[in-house]
This record gives sequence, C-alpha cells and structure tokens, in this order.
Amino acid sequence: MSEKYNEIPMAGNIIEPGNSKNYKTGGWRAEKPIHDPKDCLWMKNGTCGRCWIFCPDMAVVLTEKDGKYSYAYNYDYCKGCGICANECPTQSIHMEKE
Amino acid sequence: MTISKDQIKVEGLTGDAAIAHALKQANLDVLAAYPITPQTIIVEDYQRFAADGEVNAAVIPVESEHSAMSACVGASAVGARVATASASAGLALMWEVLYCAASMRMPIVFTVANRALSAPINIHNDHSDGMGMRDSGFIQLYCQSSQEAYDTTLMAFRIAENHKVLLPVMVGIDGFILSHNVERVEMLPDDVVEKFVGVRDPVQPLNPSKPLTMGPLALTDYYFEFKEQQDRAIMKAPEVYKEVEAEFEKITGRKYGMFETHKTEDAEIIILAMSSMGGTAKVVADVLREKGEKVGVIRLKMFRPFPAEDIAKALGNAKAVAIFEKAMSFGAATHPLALEVRTALYETKERPMIVDFVVGLGGRDVTPTTFVEGYEKTKEYLKAGKAPKYETLGVRK
Repeated sequence: MSEKYNEIPMAGNIIEPGNSKNYKTGGWRAEKPIHDPKDCLWMKNGTCGRCWIFCPDMAVVLTEKDGKYSYAYNYDYCKGCGICANECPTQSIHMEKE
Repeated sequence: MTISKDQIKVEGLTGDAAIAHALKQANLDVLAAYPITPQTIIVEDYQRFAADGEVNAAVIPVESEHSAMSACVGASAVGARVATASASAGLALMWEVLYCAASMRMPIVFTVANRALSAPINIHNDHSDGMGMRDSGFIQLYCQSSQEAYDTTLMAFRIAENHKVLLPVMVGIDGFILSHNVERVEMLPDDVVEKFVGVRDPVQPLNPSKPLTMGPLALTDYYFEFKEQQDRAIMKAPEVYKEVEAEFEKITGRKYGMFETHKTEDAEIIILAMSSMGGTAKVVADVLREKGEKVGVIRLKMFRPFPAEDIAKALGNAKAVAIFEKAMSFGAATHPLALEVRTALYETKERPMIVDFVVGLGGRDVTPTTFVEGYEKTKEYLKAGKAPKYETLGVRK
C-alpha cells in the first residue's frame, strides 16, 4: 500500500485477476464465529456444509483427508457477518465479541 | 500541406449537422445517445448515415442518457472509438456516469448543444449544463461557429485518445444559436480526415485473453492516488491540444487556440466571453474601436482545463476585464467563468479590475447593446475604482 500514484495501474484497473486476496478484510469484524464440532454434520460425516455454501467471503475452510474431516475459519477474510451461525442447522456455530 | 480548394466540400450546415458530419468522418465504432433538444439533429443525422450504410458504427438507441453514457463507457472500455451527444436535462441525467467516464479514463467525445437547466423548463441556450459538469473531469471546448464545431469534433478524438491524456472531451455549441443556424462549413475529404484522426490505439482495453477489472473499489488507501493520476492527465491536455491543432492547421489553415484574442494588445478593457457570444463581442469591439475606445475581446474556447497562466498573460496589461457569462453558481462569490479568471489573475502584479456580468440565461438574447451596456458600466466602475462582485444584465429588475 505504499505505492505512489505512478506506481499503480491507470484508473484503478486491476491487471492481475484475484488481487483482492491482498486486501485482508478480517479487520472489519466486530464478532467472530466460533465452531463447536460436537454436533456438526460436516465433522460427523462430511455432509451439510451450509456454512461453506453461504459464506460470502469463502472464509469457511472445510477439508477432508483420509476420511477425516476438519473445520476452520480464515480470519483474514471473515468479516463476522454471522451468516454461517444463522444457517447452521445444528447450532454448532455461535458469534463472540472480538 | 494545406488541402487544395477543389478537394473541399462546402455546405450550408447547422452546428448540429456539422458535428454529425464530423462524427461520420471520424470512423466511430459506437454511438450511443438519447435525443434531446437542441442536440437531436446530431444523432438524427448520424442515424441516417448509419441507416444509409454510410458509416459502420453500431448505433445504440438507449432508454436514457444515463444508459447512453454507460454504453459509451462500456464500448470505450473494449477499445472502441465512441461518441455521444446531449444537452441540459439529458446531460444532467448522465451526471453520475460522466464522472465514471473521466475517472475510468475513457476517451469519449461528447458533443453538447448547451441549453438551460430546469426549472422552469427551457429549451434555449445558456451554459448551465456545461458548468454543471465542470468538475466531472471532462475536457471542455466551447465553439463559436459551425465550422469550429466540425473542426473541434475531429480534433477532440485526437486529444481524448492521446496516451498522455486519455480523457473524455466535451465539445459545446450554443443551443439553437449555433445548433440550428445554418452557416457555411468547409468539409475535408474523407481520406484526409481518416488519416488525421487515425485509429484509436487503446492502452488497456478489456480483452478476454488478458483479463482485467475496470472501475473496481478503491477506498481510503488508493482512491486519492487515482485522482492524482487524473489531475495530471487533464493538465497534459493543453500541450496535446496545441500539437493536434498545429497538425490540423497544416491541413486546413485554420486554428483557434485555447482562446482567441481580438485587438487585445493595447486594450484598456477586455471583454471575455465564450461560444457564440465571442462573435457578437468582436463586432461590438470593432464598432467601439472606430469610436476611439481601447477595447479588445478574448473568446475562451478551452474552459477545462482552464488555461490560467495564458489567460493571466493575455489580460495582464488591461485596466479591466468585463466577463460575460451564461451560467450562475448560485451562492458563489462570483460565477464560474469569473471565479476562474479571478484566480488566474491573483498572482499578477497589477491586477485588472474584474467585472462579472451574468447574461443570457434561458436563451435571453445577448445583443450587441448588452455588450455596450456592460462596457459602459465597466468604464464607470473603473472611474469609481470599485465594481460589484457580479451583476445580472438583461434581466427585468
């Protein structure tokens, strides 16, 4: 972010697609989602994934390796909107003040 | 080399028709516009050229001026040569997208038949619409004749598309006074125009094989830097304008400059006005000169960027400048043209007295007597050593 006016593309054009990755929006967050794996269907059998589907920032990270499921948030981009907590059918996600 | 007379086509054309002919010869790719008086003939004529197969451009009849300018931005983004036209309320409806066109550095040529803004609704000429878009980032060139409208429209593409500039250009003619009056216009042969305007060489067009995003979000961290770029770009316009005009002069023998001076060298009072008022002012000055008055005229063509230093130099030795302008900035210290001139003169050692006359709103005729009245008033103010910041002239009060 230290570039001068003549070190950036003209008119705000983005010439490397996907450079919004460089813009970390996690700092906007007032509340963060906390995940409880106990009743989570993804953790149980790799189903559901509603939090992943609805997350507008692709900040829910669901992974599977050798039949083992894991769950994480990417707090660099999670803005704390709470959609995941709202959509979770098993109340496995709650929001906590930052 | 100047084009020989037998190659030139002479026709009686209105200002609108002259612009339409220039657009026809400029090899547009896209024209998107919505009709509004008194600009309508520009698009009407151009659409006839398109219907008759005389031009290859895609003509997009849109549902509003907001869409017209948006379509122009989109077309310009892929590298097309683009033009549009509007006036008054239509121009006002474009307002949001005018800023986008300039900020996104789209070299669109925007021809305007300058007209008053509502309310009350009024179709006649003043410069309220042009002054309303004054801060949008467009280059603004105001013309005095149909010939100049034709010439300026051709030159506008070269200025806009120049890589040092890359900004949209507004070419203004006075609504009805110029847009609907027939004047003698000399038109260049198609091949000469084709060579002069060339083909647009886009710097960073939208292209699927080299994806890029235009007009994205830029907040506190970058927005200001883009404005810095834009400011520097518009300040390059005078230099490019001079280059382009020198080239045009070689072909046609015609030039206008950023402003035109008429008998200003030894003038004690200089009348400063834009567009068609320039012609009237020059006639008035000639008559007053015969009576021994030391008066001259500056007819300003380039309002944005404002040629402040050159204007200051040209006005420097006068005792007073009588500005005649067709727009009001309600509540401002003085009105748009006078604000610029005052600022331009602030640093000069012996500042001439500045008298600002607001005239001709809503198409009220600005006759030679209006100029004489303003001139006489200016002389009185000089004698008294004091002038009002501005006054309206030609209104019943």
